[in-house]
Amino acid sequence: MITDTDIAVIGAGPAGCNAALLAAEYDFSVVMLDEQVSPGGQVWRAKSPAILSAPETPESVAGESVRNAISQSNVTHLGGVRVWHIERSEDPFVIHYENAGVSCSLSCRCLVIATGARETIQPIPGWTLPGVVGMAGATSIFKQDLIPIGSKMVVSGTGPLVFFVAAEQQRLGGEVAAIVTSNTLLDWIKALPAMLLRPGLLFRGLRWITAMYVNRIPIYWGHTVTRVEGESSVSRVEFKKISKDWTPQGQPRFIECDCVSLGSGLISAFESFQLAGISLEHNSDLGGWIPKQEQDGRTNVGGCFICGDGAGIRGSLAAETHGKLAGLSAVAFLGAKINHSIVKLRREYARAASFGEAMSKLSIPRPGLTKLTTAKTVVCRCEGITRAEIEDEMNLGAQSTISVKSGVRAGMGPCGGKFCQTAITDLIAKTKSCPVSQIAPPTARPPLRPISVNTLAGDFDYSDLPISKPSPL
Amino acid sequence: MFQLAPNHQDDIVRTSKVSFTFDGKSFLAYEGETLAAALMRAKLLHLRDAPADGAPRGVFCCMGLCQECVVQVDGKTIESCRLPVSQGLHVSSLRR
Repeated sequence: MITDTDIAVIGAGPAGCNAALLAAEYDFSVVMLDEQVSPGGQVWRAKSPAILSAPETPESVAGESVRNAISQSNVTHLGGVRVWHIERSEDPFVIHYENAGVSCSLSCRCLVIATGARETIQPIPGWTLPGVVGMAGATSIFKQDLIPIGSKMVVSGTGPLVFFVAAEQQRLGGEVAAIVTSNTLLDWIKALPAMLLRPGLLFRGLRWITAMYVNRIPIYWGHTVTRVEGESSVSRVEFKKISKDWTPQGQPRFIECDCVSLGSGLISAFESFQLAGISLEHNSDLGGWIPKQEQDGRTNVGGCFICGDGAGIRGSLAAETHGKLAGLSAVAFLGAKINHSIVKLRREYARAASFGEAMSKLSIPRPGLTKLTTAKTVVCRCEGITRAEIEDEMNLGAQSTISVKSGVRAGMGPCGGKFCQTAITDLIAKTKSCPVSQIAPPTARPPLRPISVNTLAGDFDYSDLPISKPSPL
Repeated sequence: MFQLAPNHQDDIVRTSKVSFTFDGKSFLAYEGETLAAALMRAKLLHLRDAPADGAPRGVFCCMGLCQECVVQVDGKTIESCRLPVSQGLHVSSLRR
């Protein structure tokens, strides 16, 4: 079953929602598809239906506001569906998605991809143990289910997210054993000028940090968790001081805990862009591989526009305006006369982006952090493949992410390489002594998310199956 | 009074509780909450054994990407971080 729309938007975070809302103002039919049931994306994730009422947070307020706007608009919101393929055809785009166990297709004249970011986590010994969660992952549990994770958490990572995770864990009644952050106080002082652009957020951050000191929760600046220990779940972590390039050094110390939240920045979820035919380029300041882009979300594929963190990590404030700009680019492509001030939006975007880029800079891991992945550390979680096994394959001649993938299956499991490719790229670049910008990620293949063969096959009559004539003998 | 870091847990109002089973044992959860959250509250972290080395695994990315938290419901493999709990839900782990 194929349905039609003028504009399809993939992703309902700050960028996707704003693109959809603006495009709908110009009287085009707009369908917005998203994996979550309610709009909001990861940053404004909605509460689960189990929560009847709860104290507001800045994220819940912003999320409610955009959810109301979407429900009052003409945007058709398809929530809880999973896009598994983007096909370029004469239509010119056909999106295949799963909705409640049925595979459906949507053709559109114009496509806006706002698939956001995902977390990158440097593999360390023990990171596969139950009780280890991503930092962004922890925030999604906090926002959706409003429960603390475990009874005593260690938060270890980069950028501002460590403080948000620790503060939310406490706000929801959990305990924080310690914050271990790769950044130093000096890194933060250097980011002050950019943070002054958003005094509200700066104040919120300072309040979190002050609360940690008041509650005597240790903050280890310039440190990182180097190992997670436990039998069938986390029992303690080992941590070390790190050098200027974030190489772990010195004596190991230990903290008892029952859960750990790890994270070393965000990267673009670029697979959808690859499927749509958009070329990628490397920009280490914006999270590594990002889609090649022109002004206001235009790309090298006519009729396909991009916005938000997927286009480069600049945070939710920038994503909102970028979404508006991409929405306007889409309607202009379809022939509408624009009556919004693009100049004003571009100025707003530039301001929000410079704040976001400063936060990205604090979050982006420095090269020494890759030394956390020891030879015996599992790098590809799905297939249980260690760094040593990947290096053996490289010594046999595998010089690209694709050859490592086809050689040892690293990246071929159910997650589709979403949690190992960054580490594998670093390993190959190190072996070849070349910059990571020369090591391209593997070709994206459908499905973007696991989908059952039953769903793919759908309902059909055997008599409807096209059977070609037998070849002549 | 201005609180620097208030604890909001007691101010959250939830739905009534329902029961679900995990590997045959009965547990309580708030109706509609995510299975991953209900399992965490019940301290059930070890949800499966990795096919390659048999090592324990559990909820990791919490957003439907990593596939580490998958469990079986009605013979289907499904991410516990994307499944709302309902009364009488029968969940089996993928532990060996």
